[in-house]
Amino acid sequence: MDSLFKERKKRLDIFHQWRKKPQPKAKEIPDHVFMTCSHCHASIATMDLIQDQYVCPVCHHPFKISARERIRQVVDENTFKETEAKMISIDPDHFPGYQEKLERMQHQTGMREAVITGVGKIQGHPCVLAVMDSNFFMGSMSAAVGEKITRAIELATKKKVPVIIFCTSGGARMQEGILSLVQMAKTSAALKKHSDAGLLSITVLTHPTTGGVSASFAMLGDIILSEPYALVGFAGKRVIEDTIHEKLPENFQTAEFVLEKGFIDRIVPREKMKQELGMLLGFHSGRSAS
Amino acid sequence: MNLKEAQKQISEIKARQMALDEKDIDTWHQYQKQIRKLEQETILTPWDHVELARRPDRPKAQDYIELLFDDFMELHGDRRSLDDPAMLAGIARFHGIPVTILAQSKGKTVEENLRQHFGMPQPEGYRKALRLAKQAEKFHRPVITFVDTPGAYPGKEAEEKGQAQAIAECLYTFSSIQTPVICFVLSEGGSGGALALSVADKIFMLEYAVYSVLSPEGFASILWKDGSRVKEACDVMKMTSADLLERKVIDAIVPEPFGGAATDIHAVAEKMDQMLRQALEETLHTKVRTLVDERYEKFRRLGDGAWKMSK
Repeated sequence: MDSLFKERKKRLDIFHQWRKKPQPKAKEIPDHVFMTCSHCHASIATMDLIQDQYVCPVCHHPFKISARERIRQVVDENTFKETEAKMISIDPDHFPGYQEKLERMQHQTGMREAVITGVGKIQGHPCVLAVMDSNFFMGSMSAAVGEKITRAIELATKKKVPVIIFCTSGGARMQEGILSLVQMAKTSAALKKHSDAGLLSITVLTHPTTGGVSASFAMLGDIILSEPYALVGFAGKRVIEDTIHEKLPENFQTAEFVLEKGFIDRIVPREKMKQELGMLLGFHSGRSAS
Repeated sequence: MNLKEAQKQISEIKARQMALDEKDIDTWHQYQKQIRKLEQETILTPWDHVELARRPDRPKAQDYIELLFDDFMELHGDRRSLDDPAMLAGIARFHGIPVTILAQSKGKTVEENLRQHFGMPQPEGYRKALRLAKQAEKFHRPVITFVDTPGAYPGKEAEEKGQAQAIAECLYTFSSIQTPVICFVLSEGGSGGALALSVADKIFMLEYAVYSVLSPEGFASILWKDGSRVKEACDVMKMTSADLLERKVIDAIVPEPFGGAATDIHAVAEKMDQMLRQALEETLHTKVRTLVDERYEKFRRLGDGAWKMSK
């Protein structure tokens, strides 16, 4: 009898949650039967895409996905507990248009900021996760994003567990100016403490990982993975071309290019991400710092 | 009154002062008073700060090194592939104490400017800084850094050789380096390229220097897709020394004479000497562990006030 009610409550909860969701939906939530691959322009049935973890079956380019979808793909079912979910950016300097844009972003994505953090298990291994989302303000680094990521790393240090950071960011959040910039130092310092405690950090670079995020925690993982074809680099392509007055090669700043130059450990396709993360965590389990 | 008008009037008064009879001290003093008044009444816009910071005759890191330190001995190279002239580094004595100096260096002549990429370091420059910072740590030598760069060099090779990784490693390493780190922001501090040298126990910034997430030109071009709206960008960017002090990103301002450090570098260097002496006294008398903990805490709190918990 009890279990019957539980089941019913669960369903009701799901229904309530669905109803509470803000109406304009995140981009990858299918509102069409077909979606077009941004790379090869093939039209793919959305149902197929969901099954293929949003990877184009024709050219194998990964579609952009939300942080929630990412978590669904790599974290063991029902193990993810979100932390600092209520943290939001405020606009102390009243930068023209910033507050409105924040609200618009929140409305559009149903997220409060460009990163979701929490604890969970991957193939049974406990870890702390920080998952960025480029649907929200290009995944740009605000003080709130920096604070959430720092808290996640500190939580991992405290719990003596690995931290996994999925990166995607266009760089600093211009509207927050210098306070955005210094988040690079704050997050890097937190990772150093985590590392000094003998703990494992894995960063996963996804499209795009650029600017301040690439020049801080993204490049500081003990192990740095990347999704295929992700844009990974510090300076913008246009800025570089304007500086050196020549055209850059087509594959410049792709994950494959950066791997060839020696700055990424492995490129991992989306369908293998969970398995490989699980294996990496497995290699390092039972060796936590005492 | 704006800066240009004030400067014009002041130079006129100075010319009249020069033409005075030697015995006419009273008038001379009166002129002097007028000048002071004009200086006090001048309101500098953020764009004025940028222009002052970018003046070609603004003193560079090597000028201050010459005035502040003895026996400066330059050390070269990252021990991997090359020596980046945009990162000037070495050992010197400060009132007898050996210190390691890491300075972004723009160069003074056009040839130097070009060779040193206007103070924009390449990954090798940051790796040189890292190598020498670790050396300083080994010998318990304080590290003094001078920030003067529009940003890290945005070149093809710089990307290929891991500009992002090199900067990230600076942030990572300096956050817990076991020796005092004191930083001076001299004129322009832009983006991660500047931040890489400013993870420090004490950060001092020259009054008319600017320090920001990006150059105002880049800011305007990214945000408004219009690189010409620089003055407008400066107004909203909060990049002056007073703005940064208010946000606790820096610890103190080094006052500059009216018209900028170029008008009297000795006065500025003297003030820097005083501040550096005090900072070293403080940091060298603090237990290294406490120092590193305090450094962590200082950066940990940056950005508080720009987020909150929603209901």
